[in-house]
Amino acid sequence: MNRRPVFLISCLCFGFAFFYIPILSLIVFSFNKSRLATVWGGFSTQWYAKLLDNDQVIKAAVLSLQIAVTTATFATVLGTMAGIALARFQRFRGRAGLSGLVTAPLVMPEVITGISLLMLFIYMAEWIGWPGSRGFTTITIAHITFSMTYVAVIVQSRLTSMDLSLEEAAMDLGARPWRVLVDVTLPVIAPALLSGWLLAFTISLDDVVITSFTSGPGSTTLPIYIWSKVKLGVTPDINALATVIILTVGIGVALAAYIMHRAEARRERDVQMALSQDTP
Amino acid sequence: MAPFIRIDRVSKRFGTFMAVNDVSLDIMKGEMFALLGGSGCGKTTLLRMLAGFESPSEGRIFIDGQDMAKIPPYERPVNMMFQSYALFPHMTVEANVGYGLKYEDISKAERAERVRAMLELVQLGAFAGRKPHQLSGGQRQRVALARALAKQPKLLLLDEPLAALDKKLREHTQFEIMSIQERMGITFVVVTHDQEEAMTLADRIAVMDKGVIRQVGPPADVYEHPNSSFVAGFIGSINMFDAEVTPGGAATTLDVPALGGEVRASAKDIEPGRKVKLAVRPEKIALSRERPADGNCFPGVVKDLGYFGKDSLFRVALASGALVKVNSVNSSRDGAARAADWGEKVWISFEPSAAIVLTD
Ligand SMILES: Nc1ncnc2c1ncn2[C@@H]1O[C@H](COP(=O)(O)OP(=O)(O)OP(=O)(O)O)[C@@H](O)[C@H]1O
Ligand SMILES: [Mg+2]
Repeated sequence: MNRRPVFLISCLCFGFAFFYIPILSLIVFSFNKSRLATVWGGFSTQWYAKLLDNDQVIKAAVLSLQIAVTTATFATVLGTMAGIALARFQRFRGRAGLSGLVTAPLVMPEVITGISLLMLFIYMAEWIGWPGSRGFTTITIAHITFSMTYVAVIVQSRLTSMDLSLEEAAMDLGARPWRVLVDVTLPVIAPALLSGWLLAFTISLDDVVITSFTSGPGSTTLPIYIWSKVKLGVTPDINALATVIILTVGIGVALAAYIMHRAEARRERDVQMALSQDTP
Repeated sequence: MAPFIRIDRVSKRFGTFMAVNDVSLDIMKGEMFALLGGSGCGKTTLLRMLAGFESPSEGRIFIDGQDMAKIPPYERPVNMMFQSYALFPHMTVEANVGYGLKYEDISKAERAERVRAMLELVQLGAFAGRKPHQLSGGQRQRVALARALAKQPKLLLLDEPLAALDKKLREHTQFEIMSIQERMGITFVVVTHDQEEAMTLADRIAVMDKGVIRQVGPPADVYEHPNSSFVAGFIGSINMFDAEVTPGGAATTLDVPALGGEVRASAKDIEPGRKVKLAVRPEKIALSRERPADGNCFPGVVKDLGYFGKDSLFRVALASGALVKVNSVNSSRDGAARAADWGEKVWISFEPSAAIVLTD
């Protein structure tokens, strides 16, 4: 064996270790019998059982899920619209600007996004009397605004690689633009929509910063709950809760990646087949 | 009779590049019209303007007397078969073919029947339930053809419709397309870079080059009377030599250095002294061991001999070093009866009427 693979493998191991050891230790300690978060006292699932008895946790989890599902759905609709606009109106003035505006929230510090949304809600409450109090609605709106960006980017990149002549063919056969969208474009990019939905769902589910700016009393999401608990010290039940969240988010992201990958692989195969057979 | 399609001085610019340059064409109702040209000469672009996916930078297009400038693709009485097929990947073959009929005022039963008939026509009845990615390239091409035909439009645009088919299936489909055209009176515009296909299918051919139409006419006309050296060289195989017109009587006499002598051609009205090109089709040249009594004849040596079954292609080297292609039909099964053999001294000859004189 030469040295390159050894070097590469150690890089890989180090990277994985760096990223996953904290998470692994968290998962391990969630099965800790001891009350002390850092001392191992034997295996137990008592903290998971305790979670189920904790009304506050259950309430927070339900709220988080409601917000995540609503957010993902709206973000997918709005993000798809933005993605289509970006991908299909090729040459209009200010396209580059709009594209930048859509993707800016991706790199904007969350604190800034959070503050700006908070300010907006406060001003709106003053001028039009809405929102009277902050809670489910304001959190959801905030989550939609930044997670739709991810959907828009996914949809846009899928659309730019889609064969335009599919849409032209539908139009040629008598379909008006709206029917083209429904009959051809959306079904073809469906995997991208689904993975966009899952991504928005997970982003919403684990957000702390923006949520803390836009939530009000009585509307505690799961991450916020954890955050407030951890300030008083890490306890094993928090570890258990975190493990559950990691699992949920992990499954969501993996599913999104899998769907995209499968669609990609199928498309690749089709293209390969088409190329190998259309010799001019 | 007014033309069914009138393309009136149409140009298409992409940036500064002229993809289609000042094209005018009239196409009659029920005609089978072929656009022939090399890769990138603007055939697809012209077709896309007829279908409405591109709008002309200049000029106007009329279909059935109607100005198409403001008519979107979905309202044109036109269907197109795409070069890339553009089959809907998420629909079955059946749904693909029936898609256009969804927007027509016909019953479900009639729609199913039309789809069935179309699939039958392209011999894909057994594949109705498959998805496009489960088909071979040739099968996909036939689905695309069936889908374009299903709506029975007034005008059908086919972009390289038969490129992916094998010889037998291509001949069959060519025949089917021709019989559909006769039966339904649909006007066809077929794009192809296969000149034989254009010759077989079309009532008229337009030869395109770099966005310009070089010649329009029936296949025999374009083949026998090319108007330029580009068209002569593009369609079929041809021998072409530089020549100069010498003053003569009724028939034009050309001085052709490459052939090493004078050639009589039955072209008219070319001023003496003019530099021209002489073109002769290989099958119009005869090969003999003895010097023929008359005609334009020159001695040479057989350099090369290709046997193609029904005919043979000879390459004869002349004294000047020029090579002349000669096509001769193998009318006898006896190899010894061939017109000539390798290295043999022969005479090539052709009639004055076989000589094409090209002024550009
Ligand atoms: N959207 C476009 N933008 C810029 N240039 C284009 C565009 N579409 C076509 N062209 C150019 O116009 C020219 C003609 O293209 P076209 O597709 O009409 O060729 P074609 O005759 O159909 O060739 P082929 O036989 O290879 O299909 C090409 O040089 C091509 O690069
Ligand atoms: Mg083309």
